[in-house]
Amino acid sequence: MFTPVANPTTKPVPAKFGEQDLIRRSASKVTPPAKRQTEVAKLIDVSKCIGCKACQVACLEWNNLTEDVGVNVGVYDNPHDLTENTWTLMRYTEYENAESGNLEWLIRKDGCMHCEDPGCLKACPAPGAIVQYSNGIVDFVHDKCIGCGYCVKGCPFNIPRISKADSKAYKCTLCVDRVAVGQGPACQKACPTQAIVFGTKDEMKQWADHRIKDLKSRGFKNAGLYDPPGVGGTHVMYVLQHADKPQIYASLPNNPTISPIVEIWKGVTKYAGLAAIGAFAAIGFIHHAVAGANRVSEEDEKNAERLTEGRQP
Amino acid sequence: MTNSWTDIKNADLVWIMGGNAAEAHPCGFKWVTEAKAERGAKLMVVDPRFNRSAAMADHYAPIRSGSDIAFLSGVINYLLTNDKIHKEYVRHYTNAAFIVKDEFEFNEGLFSGYDESKRSYDRSTWEYKFGPDGFAVRDMTLQDPRCIFQLMKKHFAQYTPELVERVCGTPKDKFLKVAEWVSTTANGERAMTIMYALGWTQHSHGAQNIRSAAMIQLLCGNIGIPGGGVNALRGHSNVQGITDVGTLTAAIPGYLALPTEQEPTLESHLSKRAFKPLTPNQTSYWQNYRKFYVSFLKTQFGANATKDNEFGYNYLPKLDGIYDCIKMFDLMHQGKTNGLLCQGFNPLMAIPNSNKTREALSKLKFLVSMDPIETDTVRFWENHGEFNNVDPAKIKTEVFMLPVTSWAEEEGSVTNSSRCIQWRWKAADPYFESKTDIEILSDLFVRMRKMYEKDGGKGKEALLAVDWSYKNPLEPSIEELLTELNGKALSDVKDAEGKVIRAAGQRLASFGEMRDDGSTDGCMWIYTGVYGPAGNFAMRRDNSDPSGLGVYGNWGFSWPANRRIQYNRASADPDGKPWSEAKKYMYWNGERWTGPDVPDYVPTIPPDRAVGPFIMNAEGVSRLWVRGLMADGPFPVHMEPFESPVGNLVFPKLKGNPVARVFKNDMEALGNSKDFPIVATTYRLTEHFHFWTKNVHANAVMQPEFFVEMSEQLAKEKGIKNGQRVRVWSKRGEAKGKAVVTKRMTPFKVDGKTVHQVGLPLNFGFIGETKKASPINGLTSAIGDSNSQTPEFKAFLVNVEPIAGPVA
Amino acid sequence: MNMELSRRSFMLGAGAGLAGTSLGALGFGEIEAAHALSIRPFKLAQTKEVRSQCPYCAVCCGMLIFSAESKEEKGKMEVTHIEGDVDHPVNRGTLCPKGAGAIDYIKSKVRVKYPMYRKPGGTSFERVSWDFAMERIAKLLKEDRDANWVEKNRDGVTVNRWLTTAFLAGSSVANEGGWATFKVSRGLGLLQIENQARI
Repeated sequence: MFTPVANPTTKPVPAKFGEQDLIRRSASKVTPPAKRQTEVAKLIDVSKCIGCKACQVACLEWNNLTEDVGVNVGVYDNPHDLTENTWTLMRYTEYENAESGNLEWLIRKDGCMHCEDPGCLKACPAPGAIVQYSNGIVDFVHDKCIGCGYCVKGCPFNIPRISKADSKAYKCTLCVDRVAVGQGPACQKACPTQAIVFGTKDEMKQWADHRIKDLKSRGFKNAGLYDPPGVGGTHVMYVLQHADKPQIYASLPNNPTISPIVEIWKGVTKYAGLAAIGAFAAIGFIHHAVAGANRVSEEDEKNAERLTEGRQP
Repeated sequence: MTNSWTDIKNADLVWIMGGNAAEAHPCGFKWVTEAKAERGAKLMVVDPRFNRSAAMADHYAPIRSGSDIAFLSGVINYLLTNDKIHKEYVRHYTNAAFIVKDEFEFNEGLFSGYDESKRSYDRSTWEYKFGPDGFAVRDMTLQDPRCIFQLMKKHFAQYTPELVERVCGTPKDKFLKVAEWVSTTANGERAMTIMYALGWTQHSHGAQNIRSAAMIQLLCGNIGIPGGGVNALRGHSNVQGITDVGTLTAAIPGYLALPTEQEPTLESHLSKRAFKPLTPNQTSYWQNYRKFYVSFLKTQFGANATKDNEFGYNYLPKLDGIYDCIKMFDLMHQGKTNGLLCQGFNPLMAIPNSNKTREALSKLKFLVSMDPIETDTVRFWENHGEFNNVDPAKIKTEVFMLPVTSWAEEEGSVTNSSRCIQWRWKAADPYFESKTDIEILSDLFVRMRKMYEKDGGKGKEALLAVDWSYKNPLEPSIEELLTELNGKALSDVKDAEGKVIRAAGQRLASFGEMRDDGSTDGCMWIYTGVYGPAGNFAMRRDNSDPSGLGVYGNWGFSWPANRRIQYNRASADPDGKPWSEAKKYMYWNGERWTGPDVPDYVPTIPPDRAVGPFIMNAEGVSRLWVRGLMADGPFPVHMEPFESPVGNLVFPKLKGNPVARVFKNDMEALGNSKDFPIVATTYRLTEHFHFWTKNVHANAVMQPEFFVEMSEQLAKEKGIKNGQRVRVWSKRGEAKGKAVVTKRMTPFKVDGKTVHQVGLPLNFGFIGETKKASPINGLTSAIGDSNSQTPEFKAFLVNVEPIAGPVA
Repeated sequence: MNMELSRRSFMLGAGAGLAGTSLGALGFGEIEAAHALSIRPFKLAQTKEVRSQCPYCAVCCGMLIFSAESKEEKGKMEVTHIEGDVDHPVNRGTLCPKGAGAIDYIKSKVRVKYPMYRKPGGTSFERVSWDFAMERIAKLLKEDRDANWVEKNRDGVTVNRWLTTAFLAGSSVANEGGWATFKVSRGLGLLQIENQARI
């Protein structure tokens, strides 16, 4: 058993990190902190996940979120997709393993991967609306969010969602408020089988090795860690029984990368200087360039369009 | 559970069958994943559906609902024919060596003594042969053809892997893998735990399913050892405790019996129950029955219980039959019941044949619901369209809906599935005007007693005899009630030498201090010690585990006597040595029994006294053959469910459990396999808790709507698309929901015929936040197990068809 | 807030934000950072913590229940959050989807607040006082008990039983409440007593 974090205290505790620990801030430059905090990570072991959705409920409760009661559409996935209130979601795949002849029910907890190289942050045109702490947490700052939806397009994992209520982008915060006082995320704490564990990234990699060894002993010869290098590694990682085939886990990208357009855009803002181009033109540019590059729902698309319309000078 | 949740981590093999631990008990299932991850244990799951437990399994074998006995008997046959049993364990700790009476017979599925007209057995031939010394005759070589071991070999020989495949629809290789894996634990070096729940109990032969499992564990020597056991995973948080305290028709706290009308005196009741040992030197704990019973009577009737009035024995109501909840609703349906007090119970959803339940409730004069939330039952009189189609004007029942505090708004002790009594502290104030169950019942009781005192009435003496001398009769304190559960000395309690071991007024430390002369009280011997002189052990929170075996002996209090693994004497060989270093637990150190747990009996009794580990049995050993203790036979027999797609392939003459209780009209309400060719089973989903969480927003979000799980093959046959609305119906009722078409359900080949099965989650109703649905028990039958009366919810016949409505 | 207005304010924010990017690029980022602390305060600080257990299944997971002064009912404490108790040997701080959402049970839309009464043939519940409810129930019980009490059976054996009223005991009631239930119901002479163990 991975030793759980001690119970929380109800006494006020100063946050262990804050603005001074930012290493990235959307559409802004930050002075890097003198010392980077130990990188944290959440490890999701798909082979131990019983698909119970405790993580989904714990996420709603901790973050005071209320999701709508939906309908059944022939699957166990409920809600049917991530939403502005559902920041994590179990995705169920029935996989027929041709090699073993066994049916496998692969259940993957979807949600923000907290990329080391965050596409959302890089695509975000609103200063300070997306921040990255030196421990690896990527968080959205809602009072700075302009609801343009570029984070959705910039995300190689299709995670952020724009709220119908306030048109701001929402996603998993890695329970930054809990981590700041030394607790693990709510989903991780709830997880009945420790399919989710949380700790320093190094610890998580070691723990993953331990798990992969067990899986290999049970015949999963391609068991491995999902920590995709295309985004600089992630602070949410998976142990997969079939690490050679991430896509079988409800379309987990094989090799996620940030869209090159987002990289160009960052270049424009940082080095060409915004004075050189009209700010709104720049928004138009990135929108045009990135549209369709990622999996974005029609609704997101419409929201983004509605927001950009009428803004052209 | 014979063992504890945390003990499951010691298992080398985990077998889940007749349950779905990953979904129904996720945080208990953690110890399965721990056993796998840290110990390299294997998990095998046998279930009609590839469920979320199966998703975690190293081996999954499908089985047609209702055919478990054939499967388990197949495993028993495999162990016996391949000689893969733990011989010394079987010889010394089971009744394998006992000789059975010559008159006992078994023919074509029936045991001797069957009376078809009464649907019952005369069990007098189901007994051991006794010697002139009064003890049972044994052959320790296990060779005598009439010894239980030899009878077993003969009885199970026909359950070959081929037969299992024909009956259960389990492919032979998948069955054999299960049997082989089981056999790897029959050696004292590796342990298997069996985890089951309602998937085994809710059959017309449910108790025999569990017997079969227990027999396998005994053949392997897996009872009493760490990582072993037959573990019943219980449903409600305190269903263990609430059963311990005797809230079943024929019970008194601590598994003592309510008197029957054939027992007019206390002596006549006690003489039938103080079982004398059947072999030399045994403990036969029930010899203490008298002490427990008198102590109970002293708590129930206080000063009104005296030697002269047999401690108030005659104030107790006496049974003229049993009134289990199925019988209860049958009587109500006949118009014989006027009032129902319903405490935290939703019978309209929970009882089989909901249409009958609804009609029965309509015949009541009054219904009182005590619950923190509204239930479907408390609104049974309200029209909810097709889901509860009634005319309120025609229902004359007076209904009271009383607000009760939630668990967070009260304190008290609760007993978990592994018998551990733990405390919940009060966290918040009562919600609005809600009151605790104790306050409500006390108010009612005090009010009624005042009415009887003032106006007189029938049965006044018995009513006023009950001891209600609490400091505040309207609100007995938790400490007062817990003291009653524990027991105390009413006058000095002395040992055999006359030494005072417990002074008058002190709480008792163990049930060994109880007396049968009225000098002690204590309503429930098994809880004695939880609130002894040293304080409230339910509140203990020392989570240290010195042995590393998950024992946690100073956390809460496990009944009986704080024992964590029952029958732990069996973890050592007859000489008192551990069977193996790997399974070392309790052992004889030359002077006493030692180890991380509380031994089964006095720790200084040496192994050469040969006191058996199974102290609750008069034999001192466990029973592979249960004498006359079960209504449907001393050995399990394959019996089909009352509604089955096939006949009995093993015993063609046997249709259903021959002694299951069948009410008038029950048989007519059974469907045949021509009109209803599909097997159905009900179950709950991990996202929901019975019928509570449809009222809980977050859980309604997680599983919002009733559905019918079916295979791709059945969907194709019926023209059903995934997500489409379907109707599923039995001879008794129907429900409508979405189709979940899945590879996790597969058709079975049973005796060459394709048999489809559907899965029906039970969590949905017409009150709450989930989409409205008809109670799934509208489809189920009230026929149940002959021993427990548990209805056959897990195997019945239905049909299914697509209906108009959106394909989502 | 009016949605259109709020949306427009994002637009303003958008413009300002882009300017902010330039500012940031020119090295003025720190000014903004000073008042942009985004981490929500830890919501359990200053609440009251109590150790309890999950009310649902018989794993009986250890729970921490946090409470604070009620917003709905002045002067009372209400539950504000629930999570697992790490010190509990069985669940080690974990909870399943039922336990993790248990606060929604306490605050369920169908939580009963007051004693309610439905008359024969009635189409709705009406709020009544505790005293009314208890007096009426006691009276109904006594009437039925007096009318159907069996003191002796045909053979003259004292049986002291009452068969026309039934009691379904809840398996989530604590042991002390369960014992009170037994004592009262058997004290009344009931034989029709059951809990969920059989089903």
